[in-house]
Amino acid sequence: MKLPDQVTRIAVVTAVLLAVVLLLRFVVIPRSYFSTELHQSSTVRREVARPVAFAGAAVCGECHEDEWNRRRAGYHKGLACETCHGPSAKHADDPMSAKPFAPRDRKFCPVCHAYDAARPTGFPQINPDSHNPLKPCIACHDPHDPVPPETPQDCSACHAQIARTKALSAHALLPCITCHTVPQKHWTAPRSALPSKPQAREFCGQCHAQDASNPDAPKVDLAAHGGGFLCWQCHYPHMPEGRP
Amino acid sequence: MNKRDFLKGAIVFFPAGAVLHALAREAGSAEKATTGSPTPGYDPTTHWYGMGVEVEKCIGCNRCAEACKAENDVPPEPFFFRTWVERYTVKPTGDTEVECISVNPREARKAQDEREVLRTFFVPKLCNHCARPPCVQVCPVGATFSTKDGVVLVDGQRCIGCRYCIQACPYGARFFNHRSNTADKCTFCYHRVVKGLLPACVEVCPTQARIFGDLKSRASRLVRFQRMNKLNVIKPALNTEPKVWYAQLDGEVR
Repeated sequence: MKLPDQVTRIAVVTAVLLAVVLLLRFVVIPRSYFSTELHQSSTVRREVARPVAFAGAAVCGECHEDEWNRRRAGYHKGLACETCHGPSAKHADDPMSAKPFAPRDRKFCPVCHAYDAARPTGFPQINPDSHNPLKPCIACHDPHDPVPPETPQDCSACHAQIARTKALSAHALLPCITCHTVPQKHWTAPRSALPSKPQAREFCGQCHAQDASNPDAPKVDLAAHGGGFLCWQCHYPHMPEGRP
Repeated sequence: MNKRDFLKGAIVFFPAGAVLHALAREAGSAEKATTGSPTPGYDPTTHWYGMGVEVEKCIGCNRCAEACKAENDVPPEPFFFRTWVERYTVKPTGDTEVECISVNPREARKAQDEREVLRTFFVPKLCNHCARPPCVQVCPVGATFSTKDGVVLVDGQRCIGCRYCIQACPYGARFFNHRSNTADKCTFCYHRVVKGLLPACVEVCPTQARIFGDLKSRASRLVRFQRMNKLNVIKPALNTEPKVWYAQLDGEVR
């Protein structure tokens, strides 16, 4: 059977158009115009080629062995050198050409150690306005092994917030050691030897039980008062009856 | 059009096509010339990166945000951040105040009256590198994408600067870089990570509040962090599957 002439022609035109479209799509337009894989790998290539500014914690100790070892044994053992000294990859590549930043004035240390209520409890904080004003921090503290220059004489040196709270409370006249036994080591290495805390209701009862000798302390019947709860689950011992 | 005109047109058209082709090849040559792995000696399919944040360890020193700016050439103005730190203050009335301390980190912050504060804490924030990222979904030109190791990147040459992704990110992690006129964001310091270094913010964090690691490695610090802590992510209800996990995250954090 012979195809009608017009069908043959339209078939030829369709075939030519198809060939042109395929030619455009796969030969004329380069793959980089539509391949997401190529785009993405070239983005990754550009990203990876960017220079590194921070050399990383491992390299500093190779030359600065003394500072490295002192820092590693002290309270700053968790810090990378570049936390304080800034980005130092250039210095690590060519030590003579670029010197890292060395903070020596009073502005830098309070970035971490100024008092802020949002900082975690126990993190060492000072008030930069009243803590030896105008003296650079490094005059008393070695930043690679930071310890107080002399052993604190008073609990409030570190536990200032508790001391301030207690000073306003009914317990203001009680020294800390009334309730806490403080091992000698706690003064020099606070976290490796912790003071004791009262363990039982009877401890508070020494002053607050009905048969206790202290005439000023409010008295409760230990057996009836508070059920099975421990005293400090309801009363905060540093501010026993709330704010005045 | 008769046959003669058609053939004349074709004579012009085919060389023009060749010229177009040459131009197109030239434009695409940067991408074509570099075939093979973009990261020699590093196989992205064997990694899956994420970050852990221990909220209670953060002291709000802002070293992370400053290190990020130094490492990644982020514009210096104090409203462009790839990572930043927020201070949350919950009042006894139940109100919550959020302040981005990275905007003015060295300024002495006014002391808060203790009676006005129920609890207060810092929260470091950054791109969550979501496993199902809304920013990638909305990009009209496919300029932003997830790599095989789970990092969301922006192709600066393809981005048209329409800012749709900035609107779409529920975490506010993207910003418009006015130097390059493209969207910009945290890359987990991809250029450091492929070399085996830590991201700059993790490197400088003085209290190890940030933990970076590879979830495909049992020995990674992040896997240990996930074993040892009760975790949460920010805005879990959005099903973006963020890869930044927070330990001790307060319910007020948004």
